Amino acid sequence: MLEVRDVHKSFGSLEVLRGVDLTVEKGDVVAILGPSGSGKTTLLRCMNFLETAGSGTMRFDGKMFEMARASRKDIAWLRKRTAFVFQSYNLFRNKTALQNVTEGLIVARRMPRAEAEAIAWRALEKVGMSDRGAHYPHQLSGGQQQRVAIARAIAADPEIIFFDEPTSALDPELTGEVLAVMRQLAEEGMTMLVVTHEMGFARNVSSQVIFMENGVVVEAGTSAQMFGSPRQARTRAFLHTNDQN
Amino acid sequence: MDQRLIQILLDSFWKILLPGLTATIPLTVIAFSCAMVIAVATAMVQFANLRGLKQLARFYIWVFRGTPLLVQLFVVFYGLPKAGIVMDPFPAAVLVFSLNEGAYCAETIRAALESVPAGQLEAGYCVGMSWMQTMRRIILPQAMRTAFPPLSNSVIAMVKDTSLAANITVMEMFKATEQINATVYEPLALYIEVGLIYLLFSTVLTKLQQVGEKKLSVYSGQEV
Repeated sequence: MLEVRDVHKSFGSLEVLRGVDLTVEKGDVVAILGPSGSGKTTLLRCMNFLETAGSGTMRFDGKMFEMARASRKDIAWLRKRTAFVFQSYNLFRNKTALQNVTEGLIVARRMPRAEAEAIAWRALEKVGMSDRGAHYPHQLSGGQQQRVAIARAIAADPEIIFFDEPTSALDPELTGEVLAVMRQLAEEGMTMLVVTHEMGFARNVSSQVIFMENGVVVEAGTSAQMFGSPRQARTRAFLHTNDQN
Repeated sequence: MDQRLIQILLDSFWKILLPGLTATIPLTVIAFSCAMVIAVATAMVQFANLRGLKQLARFYIWVFRGTPLLVQLFVVFYGLPKAGIVMDPFPAAVLVFSLNEGAYCAETIRAALESVPAGQLEAGYCVGMSWMQTMRRIILPQAMRTAFPPLSNSVIAMVKDTSLAANITVMEMFKATEQINATVYEPLALYIEVGLIYLLFSTVLTKLQQVGEKKLSVYSGQEV
């Protein structure tokens, strides 16, 4: 469903991505693991064109893009079929939880308000936030804000959701409520690409695991295979150190 | 105070307040509205980093912030007729005050736009909104909340600055006071009187600012 080939990206003289390949099939839950600075987040941002890759190709639903030269129209087409959940939630601060979910539906997708609100209430219900629809982001905890952000992501019925370290900004006790929602989405068959440090999620929820370091994919496989018998010594070392907690 | 002075102050009060209502306030309201349109446009072309337009914006701000308001008034009202452009006093004042205020407010709004976290724009993109849609619905409303106190400051300053329009024969409050003084010669009492009326206008605006900030604090979480 989604495939990128040979993605390169540099910030000045620093080469962050050095030829990354990645494939996601419908229904896959792919966890991208790796140490800080390995390029995981940059890869995700390039895939949604929040950053422009230096080179690389993308295929999405059979449509091909040159990642360095995608047209505004292509990017808009892609963004209508994907959703993004940020580490820092990025809820619209001037909108209530409900409006955060309806905003894209009404403004970008020209959906009638009543229909958008019905969808938004269902999405908020799903993440356990339907009793907070009228709250502004600053009135919600981090975990609640991230759950609203997930509701905003699923409301547009995307084909894939990108998660960029969705729990990294949260206290441990708030992490659980967000991971529970993500696990539920995974069980319902949502296609997800998740940059994370949560080993439990990668091991137990994701179907595929990709290990990245220094801008390249070191190893990729099913999560059982990656956690059970990783082939690369570097993967083994990383998973061993990080899986303790 | 003697009877005559009290009578002069009472008689002049309405003669000063009336041009306040027919000139000072309309001049402020019209010019500040125009200034806001200019300021938002000027701030946005800079925020969007539009080549050419951005340089034009910087040039405009440089000129109008860098020269005295009084000089600008004189150039337009007394100078431009030499180039064949003749304007009535009031429209000339509206033009100069709009351009002058627009330059200052553009900087206020640009700073406020830059204070909105970049993630807000990215989140707009990711739900499928365009740059313009995200600016209008998400970024500008948040920036205007931040800009509201300094913009209120600007309005209050502008009410008082409109007295400079007396120099290009606009019949506003200060001009009216000067004319009354020319016939009765009570400069101390009359100029204090007009000062108090300006103070009254500023006080009303300060109260409006407080009400406005309270309304806007709904989503910001900042108590005023």
